[in-house]
Amino acid sequence: MNPLHSPPQSTPQATLHPIELQVNGQSRRCHVEPRTTLVDLLRDQLALTGTHVGCEHGVCGACSVLLDGEPVRSCCVFAVQVEGQAVTTVEGLAPARDQLSRIQDAFCEKHALQCGYCTPGMLIACQALLNKHPRPTEAQVREAISGNLCRCTGYQQIVDAVMHATSSQVASHG
Amino acid sequence: MAEHSNPNFKYIGKHRRAVEHKRFVRGQGRYAADIQLPGLLHVAIVASPYASARIVRIDTQAALQMPGVHAVVTGEQLQAQTDAMLPGVDAPQVRRFALAHQVVRYSGEWVVAVVAESRALAEDAAELVLVDYDITPQVVDPLQAMQADAPLVHPAHGSNVIFDRTFDWGPVAQDMAACAHQLSYSVQWSRNATVPIETFAVSCQWNDSTGILDVWASIQMPKFPDQLAKALRLPGNAVRVHFDVDVGGSYGVKRGLKHAVLVGYLARRLGRAVRFIEDRMENMRGGDMQGPDRRFEVTLGFETDGTIRCMRMHALDDIGAYSGRSPLQLGKPVGAIVGPYRIASVQYRATAVMTHKTPQEAVRGFGQSPTNYAIETGIDKVARFLGIDRIALRQRNLIGPEEFPYLIPSGTQYDSGDYTTVLGKASAAIELDDLLKARDRLRAQGHFAGVGIATCLEPSGGNSSFEPLFNPKNETTTWMDSCLVRVDLSGHVTALMHTSSSGQAHETLVSTVVAEILQREPDSIRVLHSDSLNALPSNSPVGSRMAIMLGGAAANAAKKIRSKLIRLAAHQLQCQEEALTYEGGHVFLSDEPSRRLSWDALVEIAHRKFHQLPAGMEPGLQEKFVWEVPTGGMLPTPDGRVQMYPCHSFEAHLLLLSIDAQTYKVQIHRYVCGHDCGVMISPDVVHGMTYGGIAHGLGAALMEKFTYSPDGQLLSGTFMDYLMPSALEVPAITIVDHCTPSPLTEFGQKGSGEAGYLGSPAAIASAINDALSVHGASIDHLPMTPQALWQAVQLAADSQSSKETR
Amino acid sequence: MKAAPFEYTRAQDLATALEHLAQYGAEAKLIAGGQSLVPMMAMRLVRPTWLVDIYRLAELRQISNTDQAVVIGAAVRQRELQDNAQRLGQLPLVADALPWVGHQQTRNRGTVGGSLVHADPSAELPLTFLTLGGSALVQSRGQAARRIAAVDFFQGAMFTAVADDECLVSTEWPIHNTQRTGTAFEETSIRHGDFAMASACCLLSLNEQGQISDLRLGVGGVDSIPLAFPELARQWLGQTPGSASFKALAHAVSAQLDPHSDVHVQAPFRRHLASVLLERVLNQAAERARAAG
Repeated sequence: MNPLHSPPQSTPQATLHPIELQVNGQSRRCHVEPRTTLVDLLRDQLALTGTHVGCEHGVCGACSVLLDGEPVRSCCVFAVQVEGQAVTTVEGLAPARDQLSRIQDAFCEKHALQCGYCTPGMLIACQALLNKHPRPTEAQVREAISGNLCRCTGYQQIVDAVMHATSSQVASHG
Repeated sequence: MAEHSNPNFKYIGKHRRAVEHKRFVRGQGRYAADIQLPGLLHVAIVASPYASARIVRIDTQAALQMPGVHAVVTGEQLQAQTDAMLPGVDAPQVRRFALAHQVVRYSGEWVVAVVAESRALAEDAAELVLVDYDITPQVVDPLQAMQADAPLVHPAHGSNVIFDRTFDWGPVAQDMAACAHQLSYSVQWSRNATVPIETFAVSCQWNDSTGILDVWASIQMPKFPDQLAKALRLPGNAVRVHFDVDVGGSYGVKRGLKHAVLVGYLARRLGRAVRFIEDRMENMRGGDMQGPDRRFEVTLGFETDGTIRCMRMHALDDIGAYSGRSPLQLGKPVGAIVGPYRIASVQYRATAVMTHKTPQEAVRGFGQSPTNYAIETGIDKVARFLGIDRIALRQRNLIGPEEFPYLIPSGTQYDSGDYTTVLGKASAAIELDDLLKARDRLRAQGHFAGVGIATCLEPSGGNSSFEPLFNPKNETTTWMDSCLVRVDLSGHVTALMHTSSSGQAHETLVSTVVAEILQREPDSIRVLHSDSLNALPSNSPVGSRMAIMLGGAAANAAKKIRSKLIRLAAHQLQCQEEALTYEGGHVFLSDEPSRRLSWDALVEIAHRKFHQLPAGMEPGLQEKFVWEVPTGGMLPTPDGRVQMYPCHSFEAHLLLLSIDAQTYKVQIHRYVCGHDCGVMISPDVVHGMTYGGIAHGLGAALMEKFTYSPDGQLLSGTFMDYLMPSALEVPAITIVDHCTPSPLTEFGQKGSGEAGYLGSPAAIASAINDALSVHGASIDHLPMTPQALWQAVQLAADSQSSKETR
Repeated sequence: MKAAPFEYTRAQDLATALEHLAQYGAEAKLIAGGQSLVPMMAMRLVRPTWLVDIYRLAELRQISNTDQAVVIGAAVRQRELQDNAQRLGQLPLVADALPWVGHQQTRNRGTVGGSLVHADPSAELPLTFLTLGGSALVQSRGQAARRIAAVDFFQGAMFTAVADDECLVSTEWPIHNTQRTGTAFEETSIRHGDFAMASACCLLSLNEQGQISDLRLGVGGVDSIPLAFPELARQWLGQTPGSASFKALAHAVSAQLDPHSDVHVQAPFRRHLASVLLERVLNQAAERARAAG
């Protein structure tokens, strides 16, 4: 974490609410203004800038995180509401610092990203899919990522990556 | 000497994981909004609610008094301290500043900037700023804007027409008269843009001691540091733009000069780091990143056998209230004005009109995609008129492989190509005969179904000679790029590039190229982005130029290193350089391989053993290469002929779609793109951009539009109304590659950053018109939404029934 | 796009929530999943001074049955309902509608009650609720809970009969026990998951002679509120369904509409879409009813 990091100042009269939540397996305590969204908490206070802001009105999906294991748009959730819950961001997908999760690895192998901006949200959506459907069809993949907009890839290589990650060849190598 | 005569590349053209992906999949990208700066202040904008008004009074008191607010800045203050941003054409009275003063010219124009401790606070304070406006008459229709009595967007300019020039290349009138047939039509490309998921973000920090303004921005723009310095009235060496910022997509539009001028001004004035991240609504209305809004009137002259001899084209573009690059966006297509066809004479009239709308910025292809849409529509119409198959007609007119280099009437020479082969490959891949049968089956089931085709050029190499073409006062002919390659004491290679990237995997490109030349492992080569103070010259990734220009610069810098190593070895081994073999970075006597100097040994000598260097050799291992765009460097002729871009990639799109006969919803069943961009340095990257370009084009063709009300209000200013395709709207796409190397580049590579986008709107329109033609209907404007399609069919049905009642 | 400042409280129970509403009146809003509310607050179109969070109230998260209906707590998430095969089996029309509601991310968080109270004119759950003839239970502090029939619930675009100091507690969704019942939901939009350009839904039951014994019809996205056509539907009881007659019915319904125009769809096309979708759902529902018998 950057030692020079200074989170933005709160609204002078606003009540700050203490919350405690799990973020990528770690317990975090924060004080938040009610209007601080979950994505702004993650980015500004917890320095987890991997989750991105694209529209702030719930359409593009760039801000997707797992909340208690399910993908949600973190721009449409006020941080105060998730007290006690568990959040997984893209930073929490890799099993270890020198490893990638299967889906992250597949994204690299299949060139499933270009500018990388929608990628964290896309990975979250794909991981959520795989958690429920270990061997999805292409149609299921497209449905699962239909709430994540990408302007670089045309989605083809993203679908290829998920199919690759779940192919029996890859699966058997763990 | 070019390397492309060697087809046995070790790294070029191979599958390789992009270097950049390692950070992106971990969420460790470094985008402008991720940069932490101590004491950072935040900006929110007060924007004009009116399309045209006088600013009578601005009351900032209440906003200033809000705790946490540091400044509330008006256009009057800002304009006094910064220079205007000027158009690319000769129109010095069309002046643009980051904040409006006295007059607002479009709804969404920035009027006041609020700086506060947080973005939320800045927005709160922005609501307290009171602006009194006197609404004045506005004009939002470009044809009305050209009328003598139209309200003037820039009265000092005297007219709403900022550019209007007719080019005559060849005896068009004569050729038209001599043709057996003429066909006239018009098409409308409605306002849309590439709309990256990341909005524009810029942070600036001014240092009183060094007098340097540090800038971190989500930027894709040639000469950004220089233009920023100029606008801020700073010397060029006072602005340090950090090109190592990851840019979250741009595809042309992220030329946020006005954003950077605003933030740079604020940072200096306040002595604090300041950041502005456009929110999505600020971006859509006031980011000035909308795209071409263009009506084409075209006449084609042709023979009965389908040979198209000549063309007249008038392109009228509604550029909005200010001019950034936009009139020039009518100029670039001059370099491929006849598409891939043998059309012998052309008259081209380009008119750029100002209205009270959000300004345009450069969009992927810089006007080529709308132009291709206009040309391809005509090709299909000629085919239908003559009763000739659309593919057969194209084959008759496509420039043949033996005709290259091919000089088009407007002065550009196409370097190489084999268009009919690519078209043939695409046809084979899509199994065209079966496709037509599938179409007919869908029709039998009651759907509208159509097969679409488009064959288009992707000019590449980014020689921006449309600048002097459209503005004789601008004599810029230099469009260079550069690379610096270093080998350090440990023998590891670092290459420097001098611009930002927005998803094109330049680090992968450079390391692949340098690896190929030096014969070292690509993943061991580190590629860094410089900042603008320690940069070599670059013109940034525009016009599909980086594979050619950066690839070429990297290759030649690496070659210099390689030559130096060979020369060093020759000196050690006391032999002629011709007697040596360079392999994997080691050098040995070809006839006696045991007499060898390893890479490490050579590095050691270069860095540490001066006594072993040949006389006159610089110590160390670092070489730069700066070069001009191939075929560039010339001004246009008086009649407007010029070599535009050097290299020409080609794409052939084929698709099958159906339109639900009741809901008018479009479904694409099959999509193939034949693509030839010469030698692909990174095939995964090229394919990725082609898929993405097709998706961009699909959006423009079917759903994307910045819709304005009659009083100039943007009606599609959020993602709820500006609709972009998701994974359920973009079909599975098959790309079929072909390679016709360019004779002009290092490895035979051509550019392909605009791939797919340049042809897919034309191809989809072709398919839709094929579908509608069965019912006597056609559509000549984009986007082809269900509403638009229904209307086209209704219109045809009405005119049919009125014919029948007569 | 940051929301205007507000105060927040998480209610410990329904009574406390109602207490807050009574105290703060029109300045307070309830928040559950927030999928509709938070974007509107981000755009500053809605600016409550107080947000009262009822998302986690166990009292509002129950799903239960009466003889006639499934009772769904207001804060039951759309995803929970979608995963509840048993309940969906009792409410096939809701099962048809749910996949059209937004995207998985929004269904993971958004609630059934939230969608109804938000009352977007093109939303699927309000249309289904109205078509089935459900009812809503609302409560305010110190008052007995009152029931609002679906037909009285939606009063305008984004505007319901729920008063400022009331909380939606639960909704009842009638079960149709007739064996030969078929349902269908159709929607058309430019992209998957968008607000509908028009939508239609139908529940159709057949008696043993193959005649229509029950018919519910609804159209959404064409007016400021969802629309049902009980009188027209009643006229069809006892008739034998056929595609030609369904076409006439669809046409008769769409002739009654007064659709609006917007950026994407003009009124005449919207009317046309309503008609074709109605025809589709009628045919589909009839086919499913026959298959069920």
